[in-house]
Amino acid sequence: MADARIQVPAQVRRGEAFEVKVIIRHAMETGYRLTDDGKPIPRNVIREVTCRYNKVEVFRAETSSGISANPLITFYVMARDSGELVFDWIDDTGVRGTERAPVSVAG
Amino acid sequence: MMLMAAAFLLGAAACLAQAQQRNIALPELRSGSTYMSPDIKAMQDDTFANPAMLWVEKGAKLWNAATGASAQACASCHKDAAASMKGVAARHPAFDNKAGKLLNLEGRINQCRTARQGAPALAYESEELLALTAYVAHQSRGLPLNVAIHDGARPHFERGQVLYQRRMGQMNLACMHCHEWNAGKRLLAEPISQGHGNAYPAYRLEWQAAGSLHRRLRACYFGVRAEMPLPGAQDLLDLELYLGWRGQALLVETPGVRR
Repeated sequence: MADARIQVPAQVRRGEAFEVKVIIRHAMETGYRLTDDGKPIPRNVIREVTCRYNKVEVFRAETSSGISANPLITFYVMARDSGELVFDWIDDTGVRGTERAPVSVAG
Repeated sequence: MMLMAAAFLLGAAACLAQAQQRNIALPELRSGSTYMSPDIKAMQDDTFANPAMLWVEKGAKLWNAATGASAQACASCHKDAAASMKGVAARHPAFDNKAGKLLNLEGRINQCRTARQGAPALAYESEELLALTAYVAHQSRGLPLNVAIHDGARPHFERGQVLYQRRMGQMNLACMHCHEWNAGKRLLAEPISQGHGNAYPAYRLEWQAAGSLHRRLRACYFGVRAEMPLPGAQDLLDLELYLGWRGQALLVETPGVRR
């Protein structure tokens, strides 16, 4: 269940930085909470998010339990060539997710 | 002259009757979003940053996915939700004559699943039902709440009103004690809203997830330390109808973001 939304401008200009936003659906369970009957809920947060732009890694975040559920990450990437952004992430239980978005470069 | 005076009196009487038909006068009617800080309001209005849009987007996928014995998707009959579902959430809960009961949007979706798609009903508060409800309700964003209190719905409306006004729980409070008598004041750090359901299903920061109006109502039951009805219970449906009537003319904000 890949559940993420990515926002990239419809068109970007070569050589200019453009804003990338990604929101990933994840409970980001901190490990500090208890169930109603007092049992600890094991920690399960996204450990790492990477973004590759035409196969080259352009962004990496090591996320932890201080980050809210359904984290929203914003960063900037320099426009080079048309292609795609590929996001990959992995959580504490080893579940991986991936989502991609096309990038259209003008000029 | 007499005639004019009589007409004026009649007009005034009609106005009075209309005013009595609302328990919050139109100029005083305030959506929950007007009590929030500007940054949370901005989060709700930004269709990307609004985390509940994850549920809406998932609902769009479910809308187009064939399911059940009929192998039909919602879209097979209803086509484009943007056209066919526009205004539907604003009219719910509604009394269904054929089924002989009050259905809210969740109930309507499940009725369609079981009766038409040949699929099992989705559990109340399940991710799938929340996603579909949020997606369908999102198509009414910006339209005024407009529930009908027809013959069949009348007893449910009256029951909802009784529940709204009746003291309950260890705190011995009724809904109206906070949301009508003390709306606009604070309960510790939190502003007390008028308690409208026009943004649900909504993403609550406290939940770190999207949830239904029934989940929110249950939180109030918990707050006054009363026994909580299960999500989808008749009491909550009746309350939902009463709240819809009470909030009539408020615009649907689904999916909302709340504290």
